[in-house]
Amino acid sequence: MGSMFTLGELERSVMDLLWESSTPMSAYELQDALAASGAAPDTKKLAATTVLTVLSRLEKKGFVGRERASRPHRYRAEGSREDHMAELMHQVLGGASDRVAVLERFIGQATPGETDLLRKLLDTSGR
Amino acid sequence: MFVASMLLAVLAGLLAIPVPVLLSQMSWPSRAPATALLLWQAIALSGGLSMIGSLVTFGLIPFGSNLVESGSALFDTVTAGTKVPSVDFIYVASLCAGLYLGLHLVANLILTVVTTERERRRHRQLVQLLSAPDPVRPHTRVIEHAVPVAYCLPGTQHSVTVFSAGLADLLNENELQAVIEHEKAHLLQRHYMVLLAFDAWRSSLPWFPIATRAQHEVGGLVEMLADDRARRTVDDRTLATAIALVANGTPAPATPAIANSMGTDLARQGAANKQLTARVRRLANGEPGLTSTARAAAAIIAVALIAVPTVLLFLPAFTA
Repeated sequence: MGSMFTLGELERSVMDLLWESSTPMSAYELQDALAASGAAPDTKKLAATTVLTVLSRLEKKGFVGRERASRPHRYRAEGSREDHMAELMHQVLGGASDRVAVLERFIGQATPGETDLLRKLLDTSGR
Repeated sequence: MFVASMLLAVLAGLLAIPVPVLLSQMSWPSRAPATALLLWQAIALSGGLSMIGSLVTFGLIPFGSNLVESGSALFDTVTAGTKVPSVDFIYVASLCAGLYLGLHLVANLILTVVTTERERRRHRQLVQLLSAPDPVRPHTRVIEHAVPVAYCLPGTQHSVTVFSAGLADLLNENELQAVIEHEKAHLLQRHYMVLLAFDAWRSSLPWFPIATRAQHEVGGLVEMLADDRARRTVDDRTLATAIALVANGTPAPATPAIANSMGTDLARQGAANKQLTARVRRLANGEPGLTSTARAAAAIIAVALIAVPTVLLFLPAFTA
């Protein structure tokens, strides 16, 4: 299960919590919530420094904003999960169709709904 | 020098239009995609070398009897700060055009590498936050989205294959495996490097339709290569069914490519459809591969395409 607890996976767990939460959260609240959600190994609390490291990485990438007015600082998600999913799918499905090398899609560029051969193939295979 | 420069110009002319047009109209590439891909790379490299070489060689005629001698003579004059002997404008123009073209292509390649890597990094970050690792397949992640998509994302450390929950719903287990094998083949055979080069070539010569056509052809060939790799572990019919199902389940791009006129977009779509049909047809019909003699002949042509301009450029310096 080693890969579960990489920084990358922790970033995802933190973002999930922030996206779910209606209010900004402090690192300590996140630390508790991570333990409760089972994202941390054996529901043991992660070190507060680890949570802060994850938060600062997310902040640098622009996924998280920090409210400095209160102590401790509180963190909120920049943009909803849906916003980011829309950006991701936009990159995958099109728009960037003049730049093919970023990612290689199984079926690229076009929608061949009517292609006869494909239809025939589907019919004979009964799907 | 004059003869060499003219021969290079003829070669450049042939490789700029007639040869790529001919190759893109042939039917055998679907039977030997690796060979065809080799030829496309040779044509692009040789075409660029001939074009630049022809211009530079012509421009250096007043400075010596071969490329190395005249090049170093000009270099010495310029670095010594002595007065450059006055030469006809046409030589200067030719030399500048050749150097400009060379620099333009190299600069564009670098720019394409940088921007592509930046876009990939951003995409990797999004994937990291929005997808869960596949519990059974390493380096594979699943995004919670209904649209059936699969793609691979090359990375400097870890390349990753991504598919959507919608794809897993649409396909049965074998078909899903076929799609993933296909994507892993792209990464394994490093198709993204070839695509990147042709991407750069096309974006440096936006007014040159052949570059767009070459990029399109190369894109189709790497899909066939990835299909062939996937066929080693899944049967043809499963893969063909997966292609057909995903193609029919994929929505049109929400926003048409930036500032493309309707006509261009339709043409692109038509070409992509044709390519997709070719992919399915070769799986369905079990097209026989090209004979090894024919493949060897094509490989020799590819080597010759690179060798001829190189020899024309540099051999006179060693035989003089």
